[in-house]
Amino acid sequence: MYKIVRKRVLNPTVTMMDIEAPLVAKKGQAGQFIILRVDKDGERIPLTIAGCDREGGTVKIIYQVVGATTMALNRKEEGEFIEDFVGPLGCPTKTDGVKKVCIVGGGVGCAIALPVAQKFHELGAEVHSIVGFRNKDLVILEDEFRACSDKLTIMTDDGSYGRQGVVTLPLKEALETGERYDEVITIGPVIMMKFVVQTTKPYNVPTTVSMNPIMIDGTGMCGGCRLTVGGKTKFACVDGPDFDGFEVDFDEAMERSTMYADFERHEREESCNLFKKEVQ
Amino acid sequence: MAIQPKKHEMPVQEAKVRAHNFKEVALGYTPEIAVAEAQRCLNCKNKPCVDGCPVNISIPEFISKVKESDFEGAYNIIAQSSSLPAVCGRVCPQETQCESKCTLGIKFEPVGIGRLERFVADYHNEHYKGEPVLPEPNGHKVAVIGSGPSGLTCAGDLAKKGYKVTVFEALHLAGGVLVYGIPEFRLPKSIVQKEVDTLKKYGVDVETNVVIGKTLTIDELFEDGYEAVFIGSGAGLPRFMGIPGESLKGVYSANEFLTRSNLMKAYDGHSHTPIMHAKTVAVVGGGNVAMDAARTALRLGAEHVYIVYRRSMEELPARKEEVEHAEEEGIEFKILNNPVEILGYHNPDDRRDPKNGFVTGIKVIKCELGEPDENGRRRPVEVPGSEYVIPVDCVIMSIGTSPNPLIKNTTEGLTVNRHGGIIVEEATGKTSKEGVYAGGDAVTGAATVILAMGAGKTAAKAIDEYITGKNN
Repeated sequence: MYKIVRKRVLNPTVTMMDIEAPLVAKKGQAGQFIILRVDKDGERIPLTIAGCDREGGTVKIIYQVVGATTMALNRKEEGEFIEDFVGPLGCPTKTDGVKKVCIVGGGVGCAIALPVAQKFHELGAEVHSIVGFRNKDLVILEDEFRACSDKLTIMTDDGSYGRQGVVTLPLKEALETGERYDEVITIGPVIMMKFVVQTTKPYNVPTTVSMNPIMIDGTGMCGGCRLTVGGKTKFACVDGPDFDGFEVDFDEAMERSTMYADFERHEREESCNLFKKEVQ
Repeated sequence: MAIQPKKHEMPVQEAKVRAHNFKEVALGYTPEIAVAEAQRCLNCKNKPCVDGCPVNISIPEFISKVKESDFEGAYNIIAQSSSLPAVCGRVCPQETQCESKCTLGIKFEPVGIGRLERFVADYHNEHYKGEPVLPEPNGHKVAVIGSGPSGLTCAGDLAKKGYKVTVFEALHLAGGVLVYGIPEFRLPKSIVQKEVDTLKKYGVDVETNVVIGKTLTIDELFEDGYEAVFIGSGAGLPRFMGIPGESLKGVYSANEFLTRSNLMKAYDGHSHTPIMHAKTVAVVGGGNVAMDAARTALRLGAEHVYIVYRRSMEELPARKEEVEHAEEEGIEFKILNNPVEILGYHNPDDRRDPKNGFVTGIKVIKCELGEPDENGRRRPVEVPGSEYVIPVDCVIMSIGTSPNPLIKNTTEGLTVNRHGGIIVEEATGKTSKEGVYAGGDAVTGAATVILAMGAGKTAAKAIDEYITGKNN
């Protein structure tokens, strides 16, 4: 059992938790993920590590309430326990030789992009961050991004905060006006990452994407998280989750992510009604 | 007294009934049938059956006890050699091991050794109420990586010698392939749990949710005071064929399909883990895992389940009993067929059609058997122009696994072969790194439960000698 040491609501659908897991906290690095089960008979879900307190022995996770399992997790309060928590899994984000980097995050993906930005900042690289949200109410981690970015651009779809438009807009402008990044790292919805890659490709800027497919064990055993990268089958859990964006088959990844859409809709509806009752 | 030429049949759930439930297929002998079957044993002086057993159970001795209705006595004899008798009695391929050497088998059917082993173990589990006699702790710590058959065996043998053993398991539940791979209807999970609980009574600690190679490394285990490490981490990454269409929705590895159903309990309907309830399913491959996947798909409600296998019935690597059970339940065998492509639905007029990207069929090519390959099995030769499509909505790839790189990548000094399997000295399980031993699928690639147990046993003995030698 793993204790929830701290819980903070970041926006109406996104929550942050610090989970007591000393072994994971000791090792976890930016780009890696954990797998958790909220309770017995629960589903195993992967969540990217949003930070580690090595001394305090806690691991930070940030999740968006999207399905039955994240709803169940959200019902847990500080001081309560979750059943299973395993990690750190996957490969850390590579930082070698990068002096100037652009981090592009979208929605809850920003939670995963933040530790990557922080790591580059600590290593002394120049960090430009572009983060996008649907509207002002959904903006998260602004102060944290500001603290580790040499330049921060906030975008909202409706213009209610920062600049209006999609994240690729300022990215394209930067590249057009001659910004030379050693690398662009993008984390967010697959469709957004696909467009980021389309934006950087003409400028041939190395672009890393962080994939988050359906997964069970997270150690390479099931193969459910497979992706086609450069024409080869890769497992996101052991080969990734970071991949060369120019090589990833995004359309296939998007298609595969809808495998259980019906089941999830059903689960969500069931869980959602229960959830509402408890809140009232 | 004339010898009864045939083995006593084991009562089973009727095929038509069991094809729709997940309860155990074979129901086991009654005490009366067990005694009658034991009486078929000739009690040969040279004991050929024992040589056929990877863990060398004293087979004639335990059967003699069964003849006398001393079932607990029989259990004690088996327990000297095997840590998991209730498991082995169910999943061992006895027809190629102990029973293949049985003298009775020359003229008649061999003694039903596996069925007797299962009976004895179940009888013990049901009736024995005593606590195990714990050995004097010897003060030495050993780490075991993986709680599958090789790890549990190694842990059990060392604990019985007084070692303080910690088993590290990556998943949330102990048992390895016994819980994620082999289905409930073939090996009830309560039996695996009982075997794990017995080990815990011997003082074995089981740490779940620890991935060695990620959460901790082998070198850190040594720093923590473990004097030896056994790697029984299993086979790892599922193989795919590399044919078009393998990323379509509805294509599973057998590992994923079985893990969803078994470990994550998708079969019982209350689970939060989804699984596809397909109407027609093609399982590619002919091993035990393929049979398990096919029979699971059937129980989840499929109307047609095909085994697609490129050789003939003769070459099927699965246990005979599993193939027979599968046939009785209505699994259809498409033998001498090799998949060339998986076909999917694509609506050119509607990108948002929910059926887009789902499997609609599997294109196969017919094969003939050619010359034997290096393993002596006749090689399948494709017949040009014989391709045809089998309409299915789910494809399960069950064509083996390749070793998991997690431990190799984080352990300096550990040598692996070109397939990624850990290289060991066969007689001891010793690896290239001092104090590190390995066994089971992590060494051999996908094999059987009993071979893994044999390897765990060998390594336990070698680890004991290593630690004793070091401290003298």
